[in-house]
Amino acid sequence: MFSYIVKRVLTAIPILLGIVLLIFLMLQVVPGNPVVVMMKEKANPAVIANLTERMHLNDPWYIRFGRYVWDAMHGDFGISYKMKNREVSKMIMDAFPNTVKLTIAALVVAWAIGIPAGIISAVKRGSILDNVVMTFSLCGISMPTFWVAMLFQYVFAHKLGWLPVSGFSGFQYLILPAFVLGWSYSGSIARMTRTNLLEAMHNDYIRTARAKGLKESSVISRHALKNSMMPVVTMMAMQVAGMLSGAVMTETIFGIPGLGRITVDAIKNRDMPLLQGSTIFAAALIILGNLVADIAYSFLDPRIRVS
Amino acid sequence: MTEDKNKDFSQLKDTDPIISYEQEESAELTELNSTWDNIVNTFRHNHLALIGVVIIILIILAAVLAPVISAYDPYVQDLENKLAKPSAAHLLGTDAFGRDMLTRLFYGARNSLVIGLIPSIIAIVIGTVMGLMAGYLGKTADFIIMRIADICLSFPSLLLAMVIMYTLGASLLNLFIALSIINWGMTARTVRAETLQLREKEFVEAARSCGVKRSTIMFRHILPNCIPSLIVIFTLDIPSAIMEEASLSFLGVGAQPPEASWGLMVSENKDQLTRAPWVALIPGFAIMLLVLAFNFVGDGMRDALDPTLKE
Repeated sequence: MFSYIVKRVLTAIPILLGIVLLIFLMLQVVPGNPVVVMMKEKANPAVIANLTERMHLNDPWYIRFGRYVWDAMHGDFGISYKMKNREVSKMIMDAFPNTVKLTIAALVVAWAIGIPAGIISAVKRGSILDNVVMTFSLCGISMPTFWVAMLFQYVFAHKLGWLPVSGFSGFQYLILPAFVLGWSYSGSIARMTRTNLLEAMHNDYIRTARAKGLKESSVISRHALKNSMMPVVTMMAMQVAGMLSGAVMTETIFGIPGLGRITVDAIKNRDMPLLQGSTIFAAALIILGNLVADIAYSFLDPRIRVS
Repeated sequence: MTEDKNKDFSQLKDTDPIISYEQEESAELTELNSTWDNIVNTFRHNHLALIGVVIIILIILAAVLAPVISAYDPYVQDLENKLAKPSAAHLLGTDAFGRDMLTRLFYGARNSLVIGLIPSIIAIVIGTVMGLMAGYLGKTADFIIMRIADICLSFPSLLLAMVIMYTLGASLLNLFIALSIINWGMTARTVRAETLQLREKEFVEAARSCGVKRSTIMFRHILPNCIPSLIVIFTLDIPSAIMEEASLSFLGVGAQPPEASWGLMVSENKDQLTRAPWVALIPGFAIMLLVLAFNFVGDGMRDALDPTLKE
């Protein structure tokens, strides 16, 4: 077990480094001197040259990359170009809790819709109910998030006036975004739950349970469900990572000051250190999510560790 | 009660993925043609997949015939008629610049179809070649290729696409590049996994012992066996590319005004939500319809071609 974890952690490190390198190099290609972006092009050339030198921007890229990685390991992602004197790491840490709140609320919605829907349509397989649920969940997957968001805003905020349109200053501001984000994930959770439950139903131990004369409901809840949920749990771990690392759309539309939002703002403002920091942070979250999922999986299913 | 249960169980068996797979395999042993007949049959009996095909054909027709079937120019502004309600002259009304919505939807369909197809083709070609090389050559090639794939897959795809578009600048070509980069990894992983299994099979061994070149074995012996999965991946890549383009355009880093792109149309008209909700909501509905149609077809393909690929 321990050696598996060590092995798994060790393979994650080069991937993370690769990502940092990729982002770093990609943003180096962007034309224009960052100092000019910072000073809004009105500063005199001497000041620009001076600042360029002070920020070590004349060094070759590999030295700057090494310095960036070293600083990042100490929690320093540099200073934002646009927001004067604000550290990128501080901006990320300010935004992160908002994203966490949104993620938790959205997860509750996604599970509350997805898992029961999946179970119902697996149990009633082939029925009209099953077809309706599955068609609905495919519709949910096929709807662009921004469109669902606008639809919800129109119906629940503009027409019915139940909830605020956007903003972020209290619990009621979280409800609409949570439903929008949760809705888009519930479809895939429902489909996955259904497929795995159906697969589990073909096992010999289910036939045994039925032969023992157990009620169908307890065959499903006690025997089939437990064994079928593992892939679903893995998928959810990755979904959490995905949501945390940028509910970009939802946050942008509802004006939630989270990670996705600062990334979009960084792109609009051409704020390179912020963009670099937030994307690397997001990718690190995904890697961590995968790592946790893999380790949890191997913990639950000993067969994984051996192969 | 017992009867009921039996019935239920036999029904399960009938469409059981594992059993139908075995059936397909045994059909393959007797006659090659009947496998394809089976596939076509399974697909034809899938109503949702057929509905998907019809929707896609209609949208393709609308896109190709856009100049013929619409009386308006998608780019000419007519400020006197802005935000007109749906009427006989403008079936779906007009947007904030007085442009006919239906006309712009037709032209937007061109954009979405091209964006759905071309990056998916590039991604599937790159992914297949990389997956074959990683699986068949193994060792260093495998290590390097799969780590690069891991890196691409460790990003939330929208975020990676945003950074690429930021770096390269917003244009159609760059959109192709960004969407190809975020989609090739999954193909590579699947093809590699299949190659790893296939390379141990007797027919590959036989070819190898005859002294057939490595590239010939990869492309002539292994690749044809991956085609069912590739078709499935391809049909499911298209809707995700369409969705990603719409999202990027909505965020302002994809298609640029005055181009007619469905994602861009939603974002251009999002401020009209209270005054003219149809203008803001209809393009989004079009995106959903096209993506849904491709998902229906993709699901049907998966059920017909490769039951083992089920989610």
